[in-house]
Amino acid sequence: MSAKTYPGFDAVKARGWLAAHKWLLVRRAVQLSILALFLASPLLVPYTGAWILKGNLTSSLILGTVPLSDPFIVLQSLLAGHLAAGTALIGAAIVLVFYALVGGRAYCSFVCPMNIVTDASLWLVRRFDLSKGWQPGRETRLWILASVMVTALITGIMAWELLNPVTILHRGLVYGVGYVWTVALAVFLYDLVVSRRGWCGHLCPMGAFYGLLGKVSLVRVSAAKRQACNDCMDCYAICPEPHVITPALRGADGGVGPIILSGDCTNCGRCIDVCSKDVFAFDVRFNNASTDDKFNDKDKMISTDRHAA
Amino acid sequence: MGEPSTSPASAQSRRRFLANMARAAGGVGALSLVVGLFARQAQSLPAQALRPPGAGPEADFLASCIRCGLCVRDCPYPTLSLADIGQDVPVGTPYFVARRAPCEMCDDIPCVKACPTGALDPNLTKIDDADMGLAVLVDEETCLNLLGLRCDVCYRVCPVIDEAITLERHHNERTGKHAMFIPTVHSDKCTGCGKCERSCVLETAAIRVFPRHLAKGRIGEHYRLGWVEKENNGQSLIQGIVDLPDRMPQNLPFNPGATLGGKGK
Ligand code: SF4
Ligand code: SF4
Ligand code: SF4
Ligand code: SF4
Ligand code: SF4
Repeated sequence: MSAKTYPGFDAVKARGWLAAHKWLLVRRAVQLSILALFLASPLLVPYTGAWILKGNLTSSLILGTVPLSDPFIVLQSLLAGHLAAGTALIGAAIVLVFYALVGGRAYCSFVCPMNIVTDASLWLVRRFDLSKGWQPGRETRLWILASVMVTALITGIMAWELLNPVTILHRGLVYGVGYVWTVALAVFLYDLVVSRRGWCGHLCPMGAFYGLLGKVSLVRVSAAKRQACNDCMDCYAICPEPHVITPALRGADGGVGPIILSGDCTNCGRCIDVCSKDVFAFDVRFNNASTDDKFNDKDKMISTDRHAA
Repeated sequence: MGEPSTSPASAQSRRRFLANMARAAGGVGALSLVVGLFARQAQSLPAQALRPPGAGPEADFLASCIRCGLCVRDCPYPTLSLADIGQDVPVGTPYFVARRAPCEMCDDIPCVKACPTGALDPNLTKIDDADMGLAVLVDEETCLNLLGLRCDVCYRVCPVIDEAITLERHHNERTGKHAMFIPTVHSDKCTGCGKCERSCVLETAAIRVFPRHLAKGRIGEHYRLGWVEKENNGQSLIQGIVDLPDRMPQNLPFNPGATLGGKGK
C-alpha cells in the first residue's frame, strides 16, 4: 500500500478535493442551514410571511403550518403518562415517515448539531492517532435507550430530557442559552480523551432510537461496485460505524447483497466520498441483489434475501 | 451450573449470553435509578419561577412539555424564557419571573395556542381563568398602604382589578383618625400574572406571586365553618342552644362593628 496521510487521499487524487468531500459538504451545509433557519426566520418574515422554522428540534413548525416533533421525545412523553396533543403526534408521525424514507440515522449525520462536535473530536483522534480508549459494547446505547424509556415510565416525567446533551445543545443554540457550550465541550472531551467515537457510537440513546428506524428505512448505502474494491481500507477508516461495512463490501462470496442494512449506518455518505474506486453509492434497500452476484454465481443470489433479513 | 452439555461451546456461549443479559439488565436498572434520582432532585421549582398559563401541576408539566420553546416564540412580550442548565428550573422548560417580566394576560393567549403537546392546556380559552400562581402580600411591614400611605399601585395594575385584588379599609391605629387601604388578594380570581409584583414600587416587592401550592393554606378536611353550614342548612345545625345576652361594657355606646373589624361576614 502507498504511504498515505489520510483516508480519502486516493479519492482526492482521482476525483479532486471537492468531489471527494461532496457528502461531507452537503451534510455540513444541511446541518448549518437548519440551525441558520431557526435563527434567521424572524428576519425573513417580511419575505416569507411566516417563520420558516420555529421552535427547535424537539418540536417545530414549518411556515406556521407543518408541525414536526421528535418521536424519541414524544415517546418519552407518552410513557411518562401524557397523551400528547394532536399537533405533537402528527409532527412525530411526519418525522418518523421522513426518516423511514431517508434512513434513520440520517438524523445523526445531516441534522443533529452534536454530530459536528463528535466529528471534530473524531477528526482529531484520527489526525493525532490517539488511542481508542474505553470502548463499551455497541449495544450499550440500546440499553441506555431502554433505561430512558423505563425511567420515563417509572418517574412519570421525561427524566432523560433533564440530561440529554443533544436537545440541550440544540435548544441552547437556537434560544441563545448561556451554558450550552459546556455540554458540547463535555461530549467533545469525552470522545477525544475517554472513548473514541464514544458518545455517538456507543452511548447516545437518540442515535440508537433512529438506528432502530434505520433497520427498516428505505434509502441505504450500497457497495454496488464492490468487485472494484482494492482493499485500501479508506472506507473503514472514515466510517463512524465501520462494522456496518463488512457484510455488504465483503459479502459477495457469502451471497450477501451489497446494501448496508445495519441501522447503525448513519447514511453520512463518507464512504462514497473517500472511495477512489467508486464502490459505494446511495440506493434503496430493495436493490440488494448485486450485479457481480448475478455474473458470478446464480445460486448465491437466491440466498441473498435470507442473509439480508 | 448444570451438566456438561453435549456441545461445550454452545453451553459456554449460552452462559456468556445469560451473563451479558444479566449485566445489561443490571445496567438498565442502575442507570434508570441514577436518572430517576437526578430527576427527583431536579424537578422542584424555585418559588419565584412561574409557569405559563395553562400549565398543570409540575409533575404533569414535566411529563408533557417537550421544551420546544414555541410558547416562548409566540409570546409577544419578553415574559417567557427557557431554563438554562445550572438553573434551579428544570432545563429547557419555559417559565417567567414576575418581578422581571410578568404575564400580560393576552386575550388570545398565544402561548397556549402555540403549544404542540397540550402541556399548556388548550381548554384554557379565557385568560381570566388562568392559574399561574397566587399573589401574596408577603411583607406587611414595608407595604406602603400598610404604613398608611396611598400607593395602591399593585391594585391599579391588576388586570382583574376589584376582583383578584381589592383594597380593604381598616382603621389606622397609628394616626387614630385615618384609614388604611389593605391590598387583599382573592385566590379564586387571582391568575398569578405577576403584574402586581412587577409594579410594586418598593426596592424589593412586598407583594409577590408564588406557585399556588406555596401560597395557599388548607383547612383540615374535618373542619366545618358554622356560618357556612348554617347558610347551607337554612338554619343552625344544632337547635335549642340557649343564647344568653352578651354583657356590654357600661356607659359605652353599643357598636359591635368597631370591635369585630369592618364588614363582619
Ligand atoms: S448519535 Fe446522538 S448525538 Fe450523535 S449524531 Fe446521533 S443523535 Fe446526535
Ligand atoms: S457505511 Fe458509509 S454512509 Fe454508513 S456510516 Fe459508514 S461511512 Fe457513513
Ligand atoms: S398570556 Fe400572553 S403575556 Fe402571558 S405568557 Fe402567554 S403570551 Fe405571554
Ligand atoms: S410550547 Fe408547550 S411543549 Fe413547547 S416549551 Fe412551551 S409548554 Fe413546553
Ligand atoms: S397576580 Fe396580582 S396583578 Fe395578577 S391577577 Fe393576581 S393580584 Fe392581580
